[in-house]
Amino acid sequence: MTWFSIIIAGILTYFMRMTMIALVDRDLLGDKIKAVLEYVPSAVFPAIIFPAIFINDYGTFVEMNDPKIFGAIVAIIVGYFSKNIIATILSGLISYWFLIFVIFS
Amino acid sequence: MLSKKQLFTRGMFDISPHMLSVIPFGIICGAIGVELGFNPYLVYAMSIIIFGGASQIVFLQLLSGGASSLVAVTSVGIINSRHLLYGAVLSEYLEKLSFIKKLLISYFVVDQGFAESNKFFKKNKDEQYLHYHLIGTGCTMWVCWQIATLSGIVLGSFVPAELGLKFAIPLTFIAIVVQDLKKIDHVIVMITCGLSSLLFFDAPFKSYIIISPVIALFVASLILRLKK
Repeated sequence: MTWFSIIIAGILTYFMRMTMIALVDRDLLGDKIKAVLEYVPSAVFPAIIFPAIFINDYGTFVEMNDPKIFGAIVAIIVGYFSKNIIATILSGLISYWFLIFVIFS
Repeated sequence: MLSKKQLFTRGMFDISPHMLSVIPFGIICGAIGVELGFNPYLVYAMSIIIFGGASQIVFLQLLSGGASSLVAVTSVGIINSRHLLYGAVLSEYLEKLSFIKKLLISYFVVDQGFAESNKFFKKNKDEQYLHYHLIGTGCTMWVCWQIATLSGIVLGSFVPAELGLKFAIPLTFIAIVVQDLKKIDHVIVMITCGLSSLLFFDAPFKSYIIISPVIALFVASLILRLKK
């Protein structure tokens, strides 16, 4: 049963990936929609970022002094000025580790 | 004009920094699946059949928590429905491909690959073999994801939980959107999406992940109207 569910979930995921690329004719989208699509990265990725920072494993809000908030702020500042993905990720992780292992330990 | 090989390599190059967070996350995903008591073959098969990061963990966690298969499958579908938006954006650049190529390339579209290839596409609209960049990002992601989840399944959670490496995932996405903070309209859209995702976090089937982008895109359409 679990195998069957995985296959259905896989087919469903593939259809989500494929529908707009292969099945829907682009001309069906109006100019207004095409203009709005410019915002897709900014409109989608914060839905992954915010909960991962502000909500903990138990589904409740973190405290305002949570190390993840601090790490995220450092990553945003470093990323903004360095324009470098590795620097963004590492600065966030290292500042987060600094807080949990050095300051709060 | 860049060759197919150059574009493919460029795609690999553009996505590789994200592997810093994807690989530890893959290891964690594989390890969690086995820890939850699922058959290792089944946990690994998900990396090929679904190939969808967080949705794989959610699926197993729901089932092990006693949810029905229907709930688990629906949740995967809803979590991955954001790919409809990615596809709509990418279709501009993939329009001329044959139907078969579109079907094949679709399998490889993932968050980071979409983000990096889309950035490249916007700057290089005239390249003839643009889609090779997307194949480059997608294949790199695929290979790393398979190796990472497989090693998590076989070796267990050899990444110490204390390191909190799950936190690398939001950081990877911060790296993707951070340059758009220069534009006030994008900032408004991002904050709308982020706050909506917190507001609707408890909505059924993890639907916050698609509800908040829809709200944010609605706000974006209002911004476009005001701009005129």
